[in-house]
Amino acid sequence: MFYREAGQYKTTYAADLAVFPLRQDRIGIAVIIFIAAVIIPYFGSGFLIQAVMIPFLIFSLAAIGLNLLTGYTGLLSLGTGAFMGVGAYACYKLTTYFPDVNIIIWVIASGFFSAAIGVLFGLPSLRIKGFYLAVATLAAQFFLSWCFIRQPWFYNYNASGAIEVPTRTLFGIPITGATATDNTRYYVVLVIVIAMTWLASNLVHGRIGRMWMAVRDMDLAAELIGIRLLRTKLLAFAVSSFYCGVAGALLVFLWYGGAEPAVFDVNLSFFILFMIIIGGLGSLIGSYFGAALIFILPIVLRYLPPRFGIPVQSATVEHVQFMIIGALIVFFLIVEPNGLARLWQVAKQKLRVWPFPY
Amino acid sequence: MRLYGALIGAAVAAATGLSLAPASAADGIYVPLFAYRTGPFAGSGTPIVNGMADYLNMLNERDGGIGGVKLIVEECETAYDTKKGVECYEQVKSKNPVVINPYSTGITLQIIPKAAVDKIPILSMAYGLSASADGTTFPWVFNPPATYWDGASMFVRYAGEKEGGMAKLKGKKIGLVYLDAPYGKEPIPLLEALAKDYGFELKLYPVPAAEMQNQSSQWLNIRRDRPDWIYLQGFGSMNPTAVKEAAKINYPMDHLIGNWWAGGDDDARPAGDGAKGYLSLDFNQVGTNFPVIQDILKYVVDKGKSQTPKDRVGENLYNRGVLNSMIIAEGIRNAQKVSGKKQITGEDMRRGLETLTVNEARLKEMGAAGFAAPMKVTCKDHNGHNAAYMAKWDGKKWTKGSDWIQPIKDKVEPLIESSAKEYSTANAGWPKRDEKCDM
Amino acid sequence: MDLLYKIFIDPFIQMGTAPDLLLQTLWDGLVAGVLYSLIALGFVLIFKASGVFNFAQGIMVVFAALTLVGLHEHGVPAFLALGITIAVMLALAVGVERLMLRPLVNQPDIILFMATFGLTYFLIGLGEVVFGSEPKVMIAEQLWLPRGAIEFKMGANGFVALQKIDIAAAVIATLMVIALAVFFQSTRIGRALRAVADSHKAALSVGISLEQIWVIVWFAAGLVALTTGIMWGARSEVSFALEIIALKALPVLILGGFTSIPGAIVGGLIIGVGEKLGEFYWGPLLGSGIESWLAYVIALIFLLFRPQGLFGDKIIERI
Repeated sequence: MFYREAGQYKTTYAADLAVFPLRQDRIGIAVIIFIAAVIIPYFGSGFLIQAVMIPFLIFSLAAIGLNLLTGYTGLLSLGTGAFMGVGAYACYKLTTYFPDVNIIIWVIASGFFSAAIGVLFGLPSLRIKGFYLAVATLAAQFFLSWCFIRQPWFYNYNASGAIEVPTRTLFGIPITGATATDNTRYYVVLVIVIAMTWLASNLVHGRIGRMWMAVRDMDLAAELIGIRLLRTKLLAFAVSSFYCGVAGALLVFLWYGGAEPAVFDVNLSFFILFMIIIGGLGSLIGSYFGAALIFILPIVLRYLPPRFGIPVQSATVEHVQFMIIGALIVFFLIVEPNGLARLWQVAKQKLRVWPFPY
Repeated sequence: MRLYGALIGAAVAAATGLSLAPASAADGIYVPLFAYRTGPFAGSGTPIVNGMADYLNMLNERDGGIGGVKLIVEECETAYDTKKGVECYEQVKSKNPVVINPYSTGITLQIIPKAAVDKIPILSMAYGLSASADGTTFPWVFNPPATYWDGASMFVRYAGEKEGGMAKLKGKKIGLVYLDAPYGKEPIPLLEALAKDYGFELKLYPVPAAEMQNQSSQWLNIRRDRPDWIYLQGFGSMNPTAVKEAAKINYPMDHLIGNWWAGGDDDARPAGDGAKGYLSLDFNQVGTNFPVIQDILKYVVDKGKSQTPKDRVGENLYNRGVLNSMIIAEGIRNAQKVSGKKQITGEDMRRGLETLTVNEARLKEMGAAGFAAPMKVTCKDHNGHNAAYMAKWDGKKWTKGSDWIQPIKDKVEPLIESSAKEYSTANAGWPKRDEKCDM
Repeated sequence: MDLLYKIFIDPFIQMGTAPDLLLQTLWDGLVAGVLYSLIALGFVLIFKASGVFNFAQGIMVVFAALTLVGLHEHGVPAFLALGITIAVMLALAVGVERLMLRPLVNQPDIILFMATFGLTYFLIGLGEVVFGSEPKVMIAEQLWLPRGAIEFKMGANGFVALQKIDIAAAVIATLMVIALAVFFQSTRIGRALRAVADSHKAALSVGISLEQIWVIVWFAAGLVALTTGIMWGARSEVSFALEIIALKALPVLILGGFTSIPGAIVGGLIIGVGEKLGEFYWGPLLGSGIESWLAYVIALIFLLFRPQGLFGDKIIERI
């Protein structure tokens, strides 16, 4: 009823090519940003912000990163966890060596280290494809995890072998470390995630994105129309790892506040991969949906039963919760194999022509 | 269309579920227990949290709580996963917990910096960061009765005594088989320091977490190097695998010594007779032969108010959970005494723990004479460096294998001081202690 | 110079001076390799027939072993429990086919991969609800698996110990592989399976029932998982940590190819022996623990020269 494009005339090509051609979409985005930036920090509990929203945003960012590689370029990777780790450790090393430079600069800069490592391990992608490539990226995963554990240089030779986060400030307000409030950290994460989503959106809608998609749909054909495969694939690895690296740095510096190397193990890689599959491959909004489903759903399942006064032993909840999540994943895949993003699109399309079916 | 309805319904339910602020604790002292009854380490986690919950519930049933105030005991499942640990922490934070037992090195490392800000003491009983025994740097973290460093030093002392004097250790080889993670690496700096002092050679055998059940290469290395003593700092299914592998290479079991987390019944049982003689450090006694355990059986287990199967009460890790809860309870009792309040806060609990003294007489009062070594925590020393003993596996159960062994305090303490200092400099902006010390 | 000596000469001197350790390393590597092959075989069977990369293989190992031990704990005699477990694995195969594969037929590989992840979660939950999450001791003796070791003296005080359970594992795994190979080479169902592996559509059009084939391969993978579970369980214990073992099969898969049964076997042996030798002789140079990634690096280097794996079919692409 309200979601109509009737009466919105495009007078320029630019307007017609816009990412959100409908006014309602633009309003919707503004409302979402408003809710995220004002309503949640002011009315949400500490639990909502620290245990739900911050990690949700960070995982979404990592999912966007992987989606650029897997969803847009068609290269399956299982090294996401390690690339996130590279970001986190790079940021940690940088801020140890140059404590005076603002931490946000280092968070972003750590992405470049991750990108370089990503390119290195992306090299085999020219020769191998599909699940073979996925397993090959596991080499990166296990090798890098081993480095974080066994090479003491990475954790500054400290006794515990874990990395800790020093307090760093922005305009005199602490944004990392224990004294930073939930809201400050939330705002920093929110700003970075929104900015990088916007950047990714521009990338995939532009020339580079089209190149990636051509490679994804058929790399041989793409090569024939003049796309340089090696460069394009490596660029995808670089950009994807950049995103993952920043997400990893955010994960440790603005969420965990200290991490043992086990955080970046292979499970994290699977975790992010499953987010983008269930959210929708080749869709930015799908990355958010996927992160929400895989990360937030278990939390909701954990805390809902006691809310409604169903007393359960914590272990049983946990066990049953596993079964429910598993069943739900299969259910969603059967209902819509192309991911939640596709479901969203269908819903929008239905609204557009409502009340008529077509 | 129905599907979308369902989806929207689910979303709304989710939103309400998350937006409602967690209900604040009613009258009573809120003691959250971080549990891991699921996941790969559930074998250790379940008996521990059973013991912890049963003791606290027993206090509620028998004495009506502590000082007349009921204890509100609530479990939060972490599955030994750091992500869920953070979630649990945030969830319990708003209910004013008096103390947090993180029960995972990873989770402990993460909430150590938060403790001072949120004013919630952390009790990491003989795990976590060894350096946090320094109360001057870590006023909010407690890890009695002993640190991993104390444990490793007791092992060296025991080995020295068996060899016939510490001087005899010179030229010997000592091996450390450890889980390749922060937890496993903890004893290394101390063993290195001791190696220098006593002149033994330290050999390291890391076991990657992914290879916990596939240790043949590590044990081949051990066969090549033939260390005279082996200290096992393992966890979960790494322990039974290590014990089995040791039996395979005919390593003398009485020279293989596990730290206290390698001493669960499930750690030795799978190796069966092969593990006979395997030793493990321990700071609590095993069995049900203590009035306190009998009370738990009488008031909680027999009445069906526990998740513990009756035949598993009194196992090593179960009793360790009980000991952990005894420290909590004593802390609360002491806090009530120090602060003069009945309904204590986290701040009071810190003061209570900092002046905690559990001597023989008090242990006897609690029905736990001989159950653990007496312990004393002070404002400066949040650990006490208390004694432990060797538990010995007789093929069926743990038995007492030695007398109480004192740690080599004069080697452990300087190391704690220096690494605590290191920690506070590495974490720029680490707050100086301004909490007053109670005498 | 010193480094070169340590890399190229010293390990071989060690091999020469202590031949018992070398033999032991090789034997341990072979045993581990056989077990890796077995897990890889589970992956290959399913991938060949349905194009599904089965993430749940690891948890199937745990689930099968847990069912066996759990039933025994409830008083079921060992061999009856074994029978029931096999029946459970069959039921699982039917269930998976009915509820998961059939509705998802014709979806891209990655979607099916994801679905097996859902299955993993479900099986974790189910196993914990039914049997609890505490580790259990494998009932090796009750299943008449041998204990103890055969020791050969070598030199002055060297010895090579062959664990009887390891020998049993190797024998059973070999028998199983032979049985599967015979089954898939020379029976009607085996031919049907190979037809399905070649092309789903062509197989359907000549009247082969896809559903039946899927149930059979998932059941075969279940049996392989059960065997793996018993063997690894006997080596350590039956707990949910066993799931990690499945990851060890992945480099075997790239080395041997996702679709080749001989590839899985040879690949497993190469990885098993290679990683034990590498860890034992060269690991200390790099600070040990290199086992966790060495297999992947071996596989990766290999892959750069033969992208289709050891026995995989050469991929020809056209537009």
